[in-house]
Amino acid sequence: MNVIEWLIAPFRYGFMQTALIAAVLVGLSCASIGVYVVLRRMAFIGDALAHTVLPGLVVAYLNQWNLFGGALIAGVVTALGIGWLSRREAIREDTAIGIMFTGMFALGILLISTVRSFRDLTHILFGNVLGVTPDELVLIACITVMTLILLALFHKELELTSFDPTHAEVIGVRANALRYLLLILLAFTVVSSIQVVGVVMTSALLITPAAAAALLTQRLSRMFVIAVVIAILSGIVGLYASFYADVSSGAAIVLTATTLFGAAWIIHSVRRARQPEDEEIDETQMEPVL
Amino acid sequence: MSEPMLPYSGGYHHDPIPGAPALVVERLSVAYPGTKRLALRDVSLIVPVGARVALVGANGAGKSTLLKAVAKLLPIRSGAIYIYGNAPGGCHHRVAYLPQRGDIDWRFPITLRRLVLTGRYVHLGWLNRPSQHDKSIVEAVIDQLHLSDLAERQIAQLSGGQQQRALLARALAQEADLLLLDEPLNAVDADTRAIISAVLANLRGQGKTVIAATHDLGRLETDFDSAVYLADGREIIAPPDAFVGEKVSV
Repeated sequence: MNVIEWLIAPFRYGFMQTALIAAVLVGLSCASIGVYVVLRRMAFIGDALAHTVLPGLVVAYLNQWNLFGGALIAGVVTALGIGWLSRREAIREDTAIGIMFTGMFALGILLISTVRSFRDLTHILFGNVLGVTPDELVLIACITVMTLILLALFHKELELTSFDPTHAEVIGVRANALRYLLLILLAFTVVSSIQVVGVVMTSALLITPAAAAALLTQRLSRMFVIAVVIAILSGIVGLYASFYADVSSGAAIVLTATTLFGAAWIIHSVRRARQPEDEEIDETQMEPVL
Repeated sequence: MSEPMLPYSGGYHHDPIPGAPALVVERLSVAYPGTKRLALRDVSLIVPVGARVALVGANGAGKSTLLKAVAKLLPIRSGAIYIYGNAPGGCHHRVAYLPQRGDIDWRFPITLRRLVLTGRYVHLGWLNRPSQHDKSIVEAVIDQLHLSDLAERQIAQLSGGQQQRALLARALAQEADLLLLDEPLNAVDADTRAIISAVLANLRGQGKTVIAATHDLGRLETDFDSAVYLADGREIIAPPDAFVGEKVSV
Protein backbone atom coordinates (compact mmCIF):
# COMPACT_ATOMS: atom_id res chain seq x y z
CA MET A 1 0.00 0.00 0.00
CA ASN A 2 1.52 3.29 -1.01
CA VAL A 3 1.49 6.37 1.17
CA ILE A 4 -1.29 8.16 -0.66
CA GLU A 5 -3.49 5.11 -0.50
CA TRP A 6 -2.71 4.87 3.22
CA LEU A 7 -3.70 8.51 3.71
CA ILE A 8 -6.89 8.31 1.68
CA ALA A 9 -8.16 4.93 2.82
CA PRO A 10 -9.72 6.00 6.13
CA PHE A 11 -11.83 8.64 4.46
CA ARG A 12 -13.66 6.17 2.26
CA TYR A 13 -15.89 5.76 5.29
CA GLY A 14 -18.62 8.32 5.87
CA PHE A 15 -18.07 8.41 9.64
CA MET A 16 -14.39 9.24 9.07
CA GLN A 17 -15.31 12.11 6.77
CA THR A 18 -17.68 13.46 9.41
CA ALA A 19 -14.98 13.04 12.05
CA LEU A 20 -12.44 14.88 9.91
CA ILE A 21 -14.74 17.84 9.37
CA ALA A 22 -15.62 17.90 13.08
CA ALA A 23 -11.96 17.84 14.11
CA VAL A 24 -11.10 20.70 11.74
CA LEU A 25 -14.07 22.83 12.88
CA VAL A 26 -13.39 22.26 16.57
CA GLY A 27 -9.71 22.95 16.03
CA LEU A 28 -10.59 26.26 14.38
CA SER A 29 -12.86 27.52 17.15
CA CYS A 30 -10.93 26.13 20.13
CA ALA A 31 -7.55 27.40 18.98
CA SER A 32 -8.90 30.86 18.09
CA ILE A 33 -10.64 31.47 21.38
CA GLY A 34 -7.77 29.67 23.09
CA VAL A 35 -5.40 32.49 22.11
CA TYR A 36 -7.46 34.87 24.24
CA VAL A 37 -7.81 32.27 26.98
CA VAL A 38 -4.03 31.93 27.19
CA LEU A 39 -3.20 35.63 26.87
CA ARG A 40 -5.80 36.60 29.47
CA ARG A 41 -4.61 33.85 31.81
CA MET A 42 -8.04 32.21 31.80
CA ALA A 43 -6.71 28.66 31.34
CA PHE A 44 -8.22 27.52 34.61
CA ILE A 45 -11.65 28.87 33.66
CA GLY A 46 -11.50 27.04 30.34
CA ASP A 47 -10.77 23.77 32.09
CA ALA A 48 -13.46 24.42 34.69
CA LEU A 49 -16.07 25.19 32.05
CA ALA A 50 -15.35 21.92 30.29
CA HIS A 51 -15.89 19.98 33.51
CA THR A 52 -18.99 21.81 34.66
CA VAL A 53 -21.02 20.90 31.58
CA LEU A 54 -21.04 17.27 32.79
CA PRO A 55 -24.21 17.47 34.94
CA GLY A 56 -25.97 19.19 32.03
CA LEU A 57 -24.95 16.38 29.72
CA VAL A 58 -26.08 13.71 32.17
CA VAL A 59 -29.45 15.29 32.95
CA ALA A 60 -30.10 15.68 29.22
CA TYR A 61 -29.08 12.07 28.62
CA LEU A 62 -31.29 10.68 31.38
CA ASN A 63 -34.30 12.60 30.08
CA GLN A 64 -33.44 11.87 26.47
CA TRP A 65 -33.15 15.55 25.70
CA ASN A 66 -30.63 16.95 23.31
CA LEU A 67 -27.16 16.44 24.83
CA PHE A 68 -25.87 19.62 23.26
CA GLY A 69 -28.72 21.61 24.76
CA GLY A 70 -28.09 20.25 28.25
CA ALA A 71 -24.37 20.89 28.06
CA LEU A 72 -24.87 24.38 26.65
CA ILE A 73 -27.23 25.39 29.43
CA ALA A 74 -24.84 24.09 32.10
CA GLY A 75 -21.91 25.79 30.33
CA VAL A 76 -23.58 29.17 29.97
CA VAL A 77 -24.87 29.05 33.56
CA THR A 78 -21.34 28.30 34.77
CA ALA A 79 -19.85 31.03 32.59
CA LEU A 80 -22.27 33.58 34.01
CA GLY A 81 -21.83 32.19 37.54
CA ILE A 82 -18.05 32.48 37.38
CA GLY A 83 -18.32 35.99 35.98
CA TRP A 84 -20.74 36.94 38.74
CA LEU A 85 -18.76 35.32 41.56
CA SER A 86 -15.50 36.87 40.47
CA ARG A 87 -16.98 40.37 40.73
CA ARG A 88 -17.21 39.93 44.48
CA GLU A 89 -14.20 40.75 46.55
CA ALA A 90 -14.90 38.15 49.25
CA ILE A 91 -13.79 35.12 47.22
CA ARG A 92 -10.81 35.17 44.90
CA GLU A 93 -11.57 34.21 41.35
CA ASP A 94 -9.46 31.05 41.16
CA THR A 95 -10.92 29.85 44.45
CA ALA A 96 -14.46 30.43 43.20
CA ILE A 97 -13.71 28.54 40.00
CA GLY A 98 -12.17 25.65 41.93
CA ILE A 99 -15.25 25.33 44.12
CA MET A 100 -17.73 25.52 41.26
CA PHE A 101 -15.86 23.24 38.91
CA THR A 102 -15.40 20.38 41.35
CA GLY A 103 -18.92 20.76 42.69
CA MET A 104 -20.54 20.61 39.26
CA PHE A 105 -18.30 17.77 38.10
CA ALA A 106 -19.13 15.77 41.25
CA LEU A 107 -22.84 16.39 40.63
CA GLY A 108 -22.39 14.98 37.12
CA ILE A 109 -20.59 11.87 38.41
CA LEU A 110 -23.23 11.42 41.14
CA LEU A 111 -26.01 11.53 38.54
CA ILE A 112 -24.13 9.05 36.39
CA SER A 113 -23.74 6.66 39.33
CA THR A 114 -27.53 6.53 39.74
CA VAL A 115 -27.74 4.82 36.37
CA ARG A 116 -26.64 1.17 36.33
CA SER A 117 -25.16 1.05 32.89
CA PHE A 118 -24.05 4.31 31.42
CA ARG A 119 -22.51 3.28 28.16
CA ASP A 120 -21.65 6.76 26.95
CA LEU A 121 -19.69 7.73 30.03
CA THR A 122 -16.25 7.17 28.52
CA HIS A 123 -17.33 9.06 25.39
CA ILE A 124 -18.38 12.03 27.46
CA LEU A 125 -15.26 11.99 29.58
CA PHE A 126 -12.70 11.24 26.88
CA GLY A 127 -14.46 12.05 23.61
CA ASN A 128 -15.15 10.00 20.52
CA VAL A 129 -14.71 12.00 17.37
CA LEU A 130 -15.52 8.91 15.27
CA GLY A 131 -19.02 8.89 16.75
CA VAL A 132 -20.03 12.41 15.64
CA THR A 133 -23.44 12.28 13.96
CA PRO A 134 -24.39 14.52 10.99
CA ASP A 135 -26.77 16.48 13.28
CA GLU A 136 -23.97 17.14 15.74
CA LEU A 137 -21.72 18.17 12.90
CA VAL A 138 -24.21 20.87 11.88
CA LEU A 139 -24.25 22.18 15.45
CA ILE A 140 -20.45 22.14 15.64
CA ALA A 141 -20.31 24.06 12.36
CA CYS A 142 -22.80 26.65 13.62
CA ILE A 143 -20.85 27.15 16.85
CA THR A 144 -17.55 27.49 14.97
CA VAL A 145 -18.94 30.03 12.51
CA MET A 146 -20.59 32.04 15.29
CA THR A 147 -17.44 32.00 17.42
CA LEU A 148 -15.18 33.10 14.58
CA ILE A 149 -17.53 35.88 13.49
CA LEU A 150 -17.92 37.29 16.99
CA LEU A 151 -14.18 37.07 17.70
CA ALA A 152 -13.49 38.93 14.47
CA LEU A 153 -16.14 41.60 15.06
CA PHE A 154 -14.98 42.36 18.60
CA HIS A 155 -11.29 41.70 18.02
CA LYS A 156 -10.09 45.24 18.62
CA GLU A 157 -12.00 45.55 21.88
CA LEU A 158 -11.05 42.05 23.07
CA GLU A 159 -7.42 42.82 22.34
CA LEU A 160 -7.58 46.17 24.15
CA THR A 161 -9.34 44.82 27.25
CA SER A 162 -6.82 41.96 27.38
CA PHE A 163 -3.74 44.13 27.80
CA ASP A 164 -5.10 47.46 29.01
CA PRO A 165 -8.56 47.26 30.60
CA THR A 166 -8.04 50.70 32.15
CA HIS A 167 -7.84 52.46 28.80
CA ALA A 168 -10.88 50.49 27.66
CA GLU A 169 -12.89 51.76 30.65
CA VAL A 170 -11.71 55.33 30.09
CA ILE A 171 -13.03 55.35 26.52
CA GLY A 172 -16.30 53.72 27.56
CA VAL A 173 -15.68 50.06 26.64
CA ARG A 174 -17.07 47.85 29.40
CA ALA A 175 -14.24 45.38 29.99
CA ASN A 176 -16.60 43.25 32.06
CA ALA A 177 -19.12 42.93 29.23
CA LEU A 178 -16.41 41.63 26.91
CA ARG A 179 -15.35 39.18 29.59
CA TYR A 180 -18.88 37.80 29.68
CA LEU A 181 -18.91 37.57 25.88
CA LEU A 182 -15.69 35.58 25.99
CA LEU A 183 -16.98 33.29 28.75
CA ILE A 184 -20.20 32.54 26.87
CA LEU A 185 -18.34 31.88 23.62
CA LEU A 186 -16.03 29.66 25.64
CA ALA A 187 -19.03 27.70 26.91
CA PHE A 188 -20.24 27.13 23.33
CA THR A 189 -16.77 26.15 22.13
CA VAL A 190 -16.21 23.76 25.01
CA VAL A 191 -19.52 22.02 24.33
CA SER A 192 -18.65 21.57 20.67
CA SER A 193 -15.26 20.09 21.52
CA ILE A 194 -16.53 17.61 24.10
CA GLN A 195 -17.58 15.19 21.36
CA VAL A 196 -14.04 15.32 19.99
CA VAL A 197 -11.76 15.15 23.03
CA GLY A 198 -14.18 14.82 25.95
CA VAL A 199 -14.84 16.77 29.12
CA VAL A 200 -11.53 15.97 30.76
CA MET A 201 -9.24 16.91 27.88
CA THR A 202 -11.10 19.80 26.23
CA SER A 203 -8.87 22.40 27.80
CA ALA A 204 -5.94 20.80 25.94
CA LEU A 205 -7.45 21.93 22.63
CA LEU A 206 -8.06 25.40 24.06
CA ILE A 207 -4.73 25.96 25.70
CA THR A 208 -2.00 23.79 24.21
CA PRO A 209 -2.13 25.07 20.58
CA ALA A 210 -2.37 28.71 21.71
CA ALA A 211 0.44 28.26 24.23
CA ALA A 212 2.65 26.70 21.57
CA ALA A 213 1.85 29.57 19.19
CA ALA A 214 2.73 32.11 21.89
CA LEU A 215 6.21 30.58 22.07
CA LEU A 216 6.73 30.93 18.34
CA THR A 217 5.59 34.49 17.62
CA GLN A 218 5.02 37.83 19.26
CA ARG A 219 2.42 38.91 16.71
CA LEU A 220 -1.17 38.31 17.68
CA SER A 221 -2.37 37.69 14.11
CA ARG A 222 0.30 35.04 13.54
CA MET A 223 -0.50 33.52 16.90
CA PHE A 224 -4.07 32.85 15.74
CA VAL A 225 -2.85 31.22 12.53
CA ILE A 226 -0.22 29.02 14.21
CA ALA A 227 -2.61 27.93 16.98
CA VAL A 228 -5.27 26.97 14.44
CA VAL A 229 -2.77 25.02 12.32
CA ILE A 230 -1.51 23.12 15.38
CA ALA A 231 -5.04 22.30 16.53
CA ILE A 232 -6.19 21.09 13.12
CA LEU A 233 -3.01 19.08 12.58
CA SER A 234 -3.49 17.46 15.99
CA GLY A 235 -7.05 16.55 15.06
CA ILE A 236 -6.02 14.93 11.78
CA VAL A 237 -3.06 13.03 13.23
CA GLY A 238 -5.31 11.86 16.06
CA LEU A 239 -7.83 10.54 13.54
CA TYR A 240 -5.21 8.46 11.72
CA ALA A 241 -3.87 7.10 15.01
CA SER A 242 -7.36 6.17 16.05
CA PHE A 243 -8.14 4.52 12.70
CA TYR A 244 -4.94 2.53 12.21
CA ALA A 245 -3.77 1.89 15.76
CA ASP A 246 -7.25 1.63 17.26
CA VAL A 247 -6.42 3.93 20.17
CA SER A 248 -8.65 6.54 21.84
CA SER A 249 -9.11 9.36 19.33
CA GLY A 250 -9.38 12.06 22.01
CA ALA A 251 -6.18 10.99 23.72
CA ALA A 252 -4.34 10.74 20.39
CA ILE A 253 -5.43 14.28 19.45
CA VAL A 254 -4.36 15.71 22.79
CA LEU A 255 -1.01 13.91 22.77
CA THR A 256 -0.29 15.17 19.26
CA ALA A 257 -0.96 18.73 20.44
CA THR A 258 1.29 18.13 23.45
CA THR A 259 4.07 16.85 21.20
CA LEU A 260 3.75 19.91 18.95
CA PHE A 261 3.92 22.11 22.03
CA GLY A 262 7.16 20.33 22.97
CA ALA A 263 8.54 21.08 19.50
CA ALA A 264 7.54 24.74 19.85
CA TRP A 265 9.27 24.85 23.22
CA ILE A 266 12.49 23.51 21.72
CA ILE A 267 12.34 26.02 18.84
CA HIS A 268 11.75 28.83 21.32
CA SER A 269 14.66 27.74 23.52
CA VAL A 270 17.05 27.47 20.58
CA ARG A 271 16.04 30.93 19.35
CA ARG A 272 16.55 32.44 22.78
CA ALA A 273 19.98 30.91 23.13
CA ARG A 274 20.96 32.33 19.74
CA GLN A 275 19.59 35.81 20.37
CA PRO A 276 22.41 38.35 20.77
CA GLU A 277 22.46 40.40 23.94
CA ASP A 278 20.73 43.71 23.51
CA GLU A 279 21.76 46.20 26.14
CA GLU A 280 18.72 48.38 25.72
CA ILE A 281 16.31 45.61 26.53
CA ASP A 282 15.51 44.44 30.01
CA GLU A 283 16.14 40.70 29.96
CA THR A 284 13.49 40.00 32.58
CA GLN A 285 10.87 41.32 30.15
CA MET A 286 11.91 39.00 27.35
CA GLU A 287 9.87 36.08 28.62
CA PRO A 288 7.21 34.70 26.30
CA VAL A 289 3.71 36.04 26.76
CA LEU A 290 2.50 32.96 28.62
CA MET B 1 -14.67 65.13 13.60
CA SER B 2 -17.34 62.65 12.60
CA GLU B 3 -19.16 60.72 15.30
CA PRO B 4 -18.68 56.96 15.47
CA MET B 5 -21.65 54.97 14.20
CA LEU B 6 -21.80 52.82 17.33
CA PRO B 7 -19.99 54.78 20.06
CA TYR B 8 -18.73 52.82 23.06
CA SER B 9 -20.67 54.79 25.59
CA GLY B 10 -23.95 54.16 23.77
CA GLY B 11 -24.26 57.52 22.05
CA TYR B 12 -23.78 59.37 25.32
CA HIS B 13 -22.13 62.47 24.00
CA HIS B 14 -22.40 66.10 25.11
CA ASP B 15 -20.97 69.23 23.61
CA PRO B 16 -18.92 71.39 25.98
CA ILE B 17 -20.87 74.08 27.84
CA PRO B 18 -19.63 77.40 26.37
CA GLY B 19 -17.31 79.23 28.73
CA ALA B 20 -17.03 76.33 31.19
CA PRO B 21 -13.58 75.60 32.63
CA ALA B 22 -11.83 72.46 31.40
CA LEU B 23 -12.24 70.88 34.82
CA VAL B 24 -14.19 71.77 37.94
CA VAL B 25 -13.81 69.59 41.02
CA GLU B 26 -16.14 70.47 43.88
CA ARG B 27 -15.48 69.16 47.38
CA LEU B 28 -14.64 65.76 45.98
CA SER B 29 -14.25 62.71 48.21
CA VAL B 30 -13.33 59.33 46.76
CA ALA B 31 -12.77 55.86 48.26
CA TYR B 32 -11.58 52.77 46.42
CA PRO B 33 -14.36 50.19 45.99
CA GLY B 34 -14.56 47.80 48.93
CA THR B 35 -12.68 50.15 51.27
CA LYS B 36 -13.94 52.69 53.79
CA ARG B 37 -10.89 54.93 53.95
CA LEU B 38 -11.20 58.03 51.81
CA ALA B 39 -8.30 58.29 49.38
CA LEU B 40 -9.35 61.84 48.53
CA ARG B 41 -11.10 64.20 50.95
CA ASP B 42 -12.94 67.37 50.14
CA VAL B 43 -10.69 68.44 47.27
CA SER B 44 -11.77 71.38 45.11
CA LEU B 45 -10.14 72.58 41.94
CA ILE B 46 -10.88 74.73 38.91
CA VAL B 47 -8.66 74.27 35.88
CA PRO B 48 -9.22 76.81 33.09
CA VAL B 49 -9.03 75.75 29.46
CA GLY B 50 -5.44 75.68 28.24
CA ALA B 51 -3.79 75.44 31.65
CA ARG B 52 -1.06 72.93 32.47
CA VAL B 53 -1.37 71.89 36.08
CA ALA B 54 0.99 69.70 38.10
CA LEU B 55 -0.48 67.63 40.92
CA VAL B 56 2.38 67.30 43.39
CA GLY B 57 2.64 65.02 46.38
CA ALA B 58 4.21 61.90 47.82
CA ASN B 59 3.02 58.41 46.95
CA GLY B 60 -0.41 57.87 48.44
CA ALA B 61 -1.20 61.59 48.55
CA GLY B 62 -4.19 61.15 46.25
CA LYS B 63 -2.80 62.36 42.92
CA SER B 64 -3.65 59.19 41.01
CA THR B 65 -6.98 58.93 42.79
CA LEU B 66 -7.96 62.41 41.64
CA LEU B 67 -7.00 61.65 38.03
CA LYS B 68 -8.84 58.30 38.12
CA ALA B 69 -11.98 59.94 39.49
CA VAL B 70 -11.90 62.51 36.68
CA ALA B 71 -11.41 59.67 34.15
CA LYS B 72 -14.46 57.96 35.72
CA LEU B 73 -12.39 54.98 36.78
CA LEU B 74 -13.45 55.43 40.41
CA PRO B 75 -16.91 56.20 41.79
CA ILE B 76 -17.42 59.54 43.51
CA ARG B 77 -18.26 59.28 47.22
CA SER B 78 -19.36 62.88 47.57
CA GLY B 79 -18.86 66.15 45.73
CA ALA B 80 -18.93 66.66 41.98
CA ILE B 81 -16.76 66.74 38.86
CA TYR B 82 -17.49 68.75 35.71
CA ILE B 83 -15.46 68.37 32.53
CA TYR B 84 -16.15 71.25 30.15
CA GLY B 85 -19.35 71.68 32.14
CA ASN B 86 -20.48 68.03 31.83
CA ALA B 87 -20.39 65.06 34.17
CA PRO B 88 -17.47 62.61 33.74
CA GLY B 89 -18.10 60.09 30.96
CA GLY B 90 -20.15 62.63 29.04
CA CYS B 91 -17.52 63.05 26.38
CA HIS B 92 -15.05 60.19 26.40
CA HIS B 93 -13.11 61.32 23.36
CA ARG B 94 -12.39 64.70 24.92
CA VAL B 95 -10.51 63.19 27.88
CA ALA B 96 -7.30 61.19 27.50
CA TYR B 97 -5.82 59.32 30.43
CA LEU B 98 -2.22 58.17 30.62
CA PRO B 99 -2.03 55.32 33.16
CA GLN B 100 0.95 54.38 35.26
CA ARG B 101 3.10 51.85 33.45
CA GLY B 102 2.18 49.07 35.86
CA ASP B 103 -1.47 49.10 34.73
CA ILE B 104 -0.61 47.51 31.39
CA ASP B 105 0.26 43.91 30.50
CA TRP B 106 3.45 44.70 28.59
CA ARG B 107 3.99 41.07 27.60
CA PHE B 108 0.85 41.05 25.47
CA PRO B 109 1.77 40.44 21.81
CA ILE B 110 1.14 43.88 20.38
CA THR B 111 3.46 46.32 18.65
CA LEU B 112 4.11 49.88 19.72
CA ARG B 113 2.29 51.09 16.58
CA ARG B 114 -0.84 49.14 17.44
CA LEU B 115 -0.70 50.28 21.07
CA VAL B 116 -0.72 53.89 19.87
CA LEU B 117 -3.56 53.05 17.46
CA THR B 118 -5.77 52.11 20.43
CA GLY B 119 -5.82 55.84 21.16
CA ARG B 120 -8.04 56.21 18.07
CA TYR B 121 -10.59 53.58 19.17
CA VAL B 122 -12.77 56.07 21.01
CA HIS B 123 -13.41 57.79 17.67
CA LEU B 124 -14.20 54.48 15.94
CA GLY B 125 -16.61 52.78 18.32
CA TRP B 126 -17.85 49.23 17.84
CA LEU B 127 -17.26 47.38 14.54
CA ASN B 128 -15.45 50.28 12.85
CA ARG B 129 -11.94 49.71 11.57
CA PRO B 130 -9.15 52.32 11.71
CA SER B 131 -9.08 54.45 8.56
CA GLN B 132 -6.12 55.87 6.67
CA HIS B 133 -6.75 59.13 8.55
CA ASP B 134 -6.41 57.33 11.91
CA LYS B 135 -3.21 55.65 10.76
CA SER B 136 -1.66 58.92 9.60
CA ILE B 137 -2.40 60.49 12.99
CA VAL B 138 -0.69 57.51 14.65
CA GLU B 139 2.38 57.89 12.46
CA ALA B 140 2.55 61.61 13.22
CA VAL B 141 2.49 61.17 17.01
CA ILE B 142 4.95 58.27 16.88
CA ASP B 143 7.28 60.57 14.97
CA GLN B 144 6.68 63.43 17.42
CA LEU B 145 7.79 61.19 20.30
CA HIS B 146 10.85 59.91 18.40
CA LEU B 147 9.58 56.33 18.30
CA SER B 148 9.50 55.72 14.54
CA ASP B 149 12.37 53.22 14.60
CA LEU B 150 10.66 51.22 17.34
CA ALA B 151 7.13 51.17 15.92
CA GLU B 152 7.18 47.46 15.04
CA ARG B 153 8.65 46.33 18.35
CA GLN B 154 6.65 44.25 20.76
CA ILE B 155 5.93 46.55 23.70
CA ALA B 156 7.85 44.54 26.33
CA GLN B 157 10.98 45.08 24.26
CA LEU B 158 10.99 48.82 24.88
CA SER B 159 12.84 50.55 27.69
CA GLY B 160 10.84 52.19 30.48
CA GLY B 161 11.24 55.63 28.92
CA GLN B 162 10.17 54.34 25.52
CA GLN B 163 7.10 52.71 27.06
CA GLN B 164 6.23 56.00 28.73
CA ARG B 165 6.56 57.83 25.40
CA ALA B 166 4.40 55.19 23.72
CA LEU B 167 1.65 55.82 26.28
CA LEU B 168 1.94 59.57 25.77
CA ALA B 169 1.80 59.01 22.00
CA ARG B 170 -1.45 57.12 22.47
CA ALA B 171 -2.89 59.91 24.61
CA LEU B 172 -1.95 62.41 21.87
CA ALA B 173 -3.41 60.18 19.13
CA GLN B 174 -6.75 60.47 20.87
CA GLU B 175 -6.69 64.23 20.09
CA ALA B 176 -8.34 64.92 23.42
CA ASP B 177 -8.76 68.39 24.86
CA LEU B 178 -8.09 67.41 28.47
CA LEU B 179 -5.09 65.16 29.13
CA LEU B 180 -4.78 63.41 32.49
CA LEU B 181 -1.22 62.16 32.86
CA ASP B 182 -0.36 59.91 35.80
CA GLU B 183 3.36 60.24 36.53
CA PRO B 184 4.47 60.76 32.91
CA LEU B 185 7.96 61.71 34.07
CA ASN B 186 8.45 58.95 36.63
CA ALA B 187 11.78 57.13 36.27
CA VAL B 188 12.43 58.16 32.68
CA ASP B 189 15.79 58.82 31.06
CA ALA B 190 17.01 62.33 30.16
CA ASP B 191 16.12 61.96 26.46
CA THR B 192 12.58 60.94 27.24
CA ARG B 193 12.27 63.77 29.72
CA ALA B 194 13.33 66.31 27.09
CA ILE B 195 10.94 64.85 24.51
CA ILE B 196 8.01 64.88 26.96
CA SER B 197 8.81 68.46 27.97
CA ALA B 198 8.69 69.47 24.31
CA VAL B 199 5.30 67.74 23.96
CA LEU B 200 3.94 69.58 27.00
CA ALA B 201 5.11 72.89 25.53
CA ASN B 202 3.50 71.98 22.23
CA LEU B 203 0.20 71.14 23.93
CA ARG B 204 0.15 74.57 25.48
CA GLY B 205 0.50 76.07 22.03
CA GLN B 206 -2.54 74.08 20.91
CA GLY B 207 -4.66 75.30 23.81
CA LYS B 208 -4.94 71.81 25.32
CA THR B 209 -5.44 71.38 29.05
CA VAL B 210 -3.01 69.12 30.89
CA ILE B 211 -3.19 67.79 34.43
CA ALA B 212 -0.18 65.70 35.40
CA ALA B 213 0.63 63.88 38.62
CA THR B 214 4.27 64.09 39.61
CA HIS B 215 6.46 63.80 42.65
CA ASP B 216 9.37 65.40 40.87
CA LEU B 217 9.77 69.01 41.97
CA GLY B 218 12.68 69.58 39.59
CA ARG B 219 11.28 71.28 36.52
CA LEU B 220 7.77 72.22 37.50
CA GLU B 221 8.10 75.83 36.35
CA THR B 222 9.27 74.92 32.86
CA ASP B 223 6.68 72.23 32.17
CA PHE B 224 3.64 73.62 34.00
CA ASP B 225 1.72 76.85 34.55
CA SER B 226 0.70 76.04 38.08
CA ALA B 227 0.97 73.37 40.76
CA VAL B 228 -1.43 71.93 43.30
CA TYR B 229 -0.03 70.17 46.35
CA LEU B 230 -1.69 67.14 47.89
CA ALA B 231 -0.95 65.17 51.05
CA ASP B 232 -2.94 62.38 52.61
CA GLY B 233 -5.89 62.90 50.28
CA ARG B 234 -6.23 66.65 50.90
CA GLU B 235 -4.99 69.75 49.21
CA ILE B 236 -2.28 71.44 51.23
CA ILE B 237 -0.58 74.81 51.14
CA ALA B 238 2.52 74.71 48.95
CA PRO B 239 5.78 74.21 50.85
CA PRO B 240 7.93 77.35 51.20
CA ASP B 241 9.81 78.27 47.99
CA ALA B 242 7.88 75.64 46.02
CA PHE B 243 6.57 76.52 42.58
CA VAL B 244 2.90 77.53 42.65
CA GLY B 245 2.40 79.50 39.44
CA GLU B 246 -0.99 80.97 38.65
CA LYS B 247 -3.33 79.72 41.33
CA VAL B 248 -5.93 77.29 39.96
CA SER B 249 -7.56 75.86 43.07
CA VAL B 250 -10.40 77.37 45.13
